Amino acid sequence: METIRYRQQALRDLQEETWLADVKTFAERMVLARRYLALVEKLDFDLHKKGWLLEAALMYCEAVEGLNHALGAAPLHSRGFLALREYVASYARSQVFKSLYEEARKVKAGLAVLKYSIIIQAGRFSVRKYDGETDYSVEVEKTFEKFKQGAVKDYRVEIYEGSGMNHIEAKILEFVARLYPEPFAALDRFCERHPAFIDETIRAFDREVQFYVAYLEYLDSLKHKGLPFCFPEVGASREVFARETFDLALAGSFSFSSKPVICNDFELREPERVIVETGPNQGGKTTFARAFGQVHFLASLGLLVPGRKARLFLFDRMFTHFEREEDIRNLSGKLQDDLLRIHAILNSATSRSILVMNEIFSSTTLKDALFLSREIMTRLLALDALGVWVTFIDEMASFSEKTVSMVSTVSPENSAERTFRIIRKPADGLAYALSLAEKHRLTYEHIKERIQP
Amino acid sequence: MKVLLLHPDRNFDPKAPLPPNQDTLVQDLELETLFQAMARGDKFLYQTARQALLSSLGDPTEIRYRQAILQDCLEHPEVVREIYQIPIEAIQRKQRHWMGIFSHYPSGILSSSVQLLEMFLDLLRHLKQVADEQVGQFRSAGFRRFFEMILRELDDAYFVEVENHLRELRFRNGVLLSARLGRGNEGQDYLLCKPNQPNGHWAKRIFSKQSPVYSFNIHPRDDHGARALGELRDRGLNLVANAVAQSADHIDSFISTLRQELAFYVGALNLAESLSALEMPLCLPEAFQTSERKHAFEGLYDIALALTMQKSVVGNQANADDKDLVIVTGANQGGKSTFLRSIGQAQAMMQCGLFVGAESFSANLASGLFTHYKREEDSSMKSGKLDEELARMSEIISQLRPDALVLFNESFAATNEREGAEIARQVVNALLERRIKVFFVTHQYELARGYHTQGSARHLFLRAERQPDGNRTFKLREGEPLPTSFGEDVYQKIFKPGMD
Repeated sequence: METIRYRQQALRDLQEETWLADVKTFAERMVLARRYLALVEKLDFDLHKKGWLLEAALMYCEAVEGLNHALGAAPLHSRGFLALREYVASYARSQVFKSLYEEARKVKAGLAVLKYSIIIQAGRFSVRKYDGETDYSVEVEKTFEKFKQGAVKDYRVEIYEGSGMNHIEAKILEFVARLYPEPFAALDRFCERHPAFIDETIRAFDREVQFYVAYLEYLDSLKHKGLPFCFPEVGASREVFARETFDLALAGSFSFSSKPVICNDFELREPERVIVETGPNQGGKTTFARAFGQVHFLASLGLLVPGRKARLFLFDRMFTHFEREEDIRNLSGKLQDDLLRIHAILNSATSRSILVMNEIFSSTTLKDALFLSREIMTRLLALDALGVWVTFIDEMASFSEKTVSMVSTVSPENSAERTFRIIRKPADGLAYALSLAEKHRLTYEHIKERIQP
Repeated sequence: MKVLLLHPDRNFDPKAPLPPNQDTLVQDLELETLFQAMARGDKFLYQTARQALLSSLGDPTEIRYRQAILQDCLEHPEVVREIYQIPIEAIQRKQRHWMGIFSHYPSGILSSSVQLLEMFLDLLRHLKQVADEQVGQFRSAGFRRFFEMILRELDDAYFVEVENHLRELRFRNGVLLSARLGRGNEGQDYLLCKPNQPNGHWAKRIFSKQSPVYSFNIHPRDDHGARALGELRDRGLNLVANAVAQSADHIDSFISTLRQELAFYVGALNLAESLSALEMPLCLPEAFQTSERKHAFEGLYDIALALTMQKSVVGNQANADDKDLVIVTGANQGGKSTFLRSIGQAQAMMQCGLFVGAESFSANLASGLFTHYKREEDSSMKSGKLDEELARMSEIISQLRPDALVLFNESFAATNEREGAEIARQVVNALLERRIKVFFVTHQYELARGYHTQGSARHLFLRAERQPDGNRTFKLREGEPLPTSFGEDVYQKIFKPGMD
């Protein structure tokens, strides 16, 4: 509970857009700094390695300084970020950091101003100081400018700017260092003094904040669909509910299509424990079951959950049983396999667990399935755990006062059209059967019509 | 440097959108015959002729600009054809020597561009020579500006400058690059530099300068090193290769524009020669603003008919100045359709700056030229004939603006005369009120008589002539509509040959 509240607070802080953007910038810089450091390990030439170590230090310093500045400006309330603000401020003021940053900048400035000339002849090259020669392409352009007729093709070749250095370039660099010994000596001194510079706390923050940032970015990519998210109330109450929730994974796969993501509500009131879903296939039952599991799981991580408002149960473990492809290595058969898995689940589950059961026993006869379902449901209810139970057996919907029936619905105008809305109502096997019959032209009138006397 | 031989202020746009009714115009006005005569089998001339004829100019001064250039062309056809050969030569040399910028490496791009430039330089010298000889002979503003531009921009000093560049770009003394250290001490911003000491062996002199110079010889068997050095060289040449290649492209497009714009005049010369061979007259028309109402001509004939028959044909004269509506009635096969076609052709030709098939011709410009002809049959059979005609009419209406010119040929005759006339009357009245000029060829006495009895001074009635013996002169005269179209004459001619 404490952790959840801590994380929810931190996430609430991160919902402030400028601050989130600043955190992202920090994270990106840290990624680069780490990448440069990794590069140093792989490179062959000394001056090249030192050059990248310097880049890594500069990038790291920029990241820290940017973070310190952003922390000062952001309206923070969470304990986590307030503590971070204090820490980073004192680190950024420390002598260790200040000397690192100043020195890195000075060395970089000394190298950046160097300009040199290369003379390339057949099988040979020379390097010397640059002597103020002018850009020849400008002159060529000037000569032919009078013919300019409008837009023409760009003939510049995309040159691969990889971080590599062959022995020719290394030799050139070596010559440049000989031409300008002082800035390179400064680089040497810098590298000796600062072989490692990343602060452990900064490193840890960088690692942890990635999780929040990635999650918020994912939610952000769904915002244009108008999908709601909220901080749920998380606790021991079994009277859970969520308004306008949805399957986050499905929404993600729809984010580039124009398909709408259908939102649904669910609610359990005392003494209800298990939602039993029935209704037409492809009607969104599995999606709904997944959403039920997801909101609880995400809430337990202290995250925002899909939905306008939610009260969710703090569970100890979550169990899911989704139908699996038959495994030919498992000779015991699918039914036995199903039962083994369910047995394991029921043995481990407690009254504080959540179970999501999707279309179990679909491989057996209706009679067997009904019998087995009843047995399992009785045990499940005895556990007093919460759960969703997706089934094609309508009888299960009215099993006891502890079960709630929810039904996937079809459009009133066209029974073959799914609405993907799952609503709380008694299972209505007849309507479903009729609509299928209609679709297959098997109603009374149809059959009379098709079989002419 | 701009060619500007078709527009005083811009290049000709060979891809400018053409009016939506272009195909109908070509069909109804028999423009295909004109295009062919201008092209003489040359695809490029054909496309240019088609594009120019179908995209009209909107302003009399622009038209006069082209007419003056056309006049120069008609007076110096051999010079114009000689200049036209220059871009043709460029294309042929490119093909013959596989020239072009195909490489994906800066050094390859650079060397093929230098080669192209050398070839273009040769042709530009020829162009300059023609300009030198002819600058005094041409009178039009367009040609004078063109020649003077060539002489001014391509003087001898310029040719020397370009030759120097082309020599320099072969890098006999090696390539001089400047560079800086980028991230990780990697070289960046490689730039080709112009040596401070022009000409001669700058490389040697550089080595004698104050700054120490460090040199490295790549081992002859170090292929990797040689390749790396080549890549470095390519990096340095990237920008200059781009500059040279783009320069080559610019000259190429200048030469192509020259070809494009002269193609129109070469086509006009071809057409003029064909018509002179048939002893048919040509004149440069006088164009008036769209707001005016002018239409006066003598000896106006159907160019397509003359070219197809390969003989001289009859022309018409009329004065329809200050008229909004011209109704043409009269004998079958009396030349009504031919006349209407000649009106349309003359308008299209005048509006692109061409001459016109007439002894004299003046008219106001139109904001758009439209034809609505009775179709012989509805090949698709999707809709009834009147339905189809009305659909086409509706399309025209959606494109019409005031001051357009609409030519009707036997329109709305696919129903009984009263209904057809009623539709036609409603259409024509609306058009006239919207300041649209209408030529209407019709058999429908109802329609023609209706307008005639109005006695408006803004209407003109022309009648296909019929001599008392029933023979046709194919000439139109001013005259009131008559209740019969002399179909009987035609019938007689076919069923009782030799009776008269």
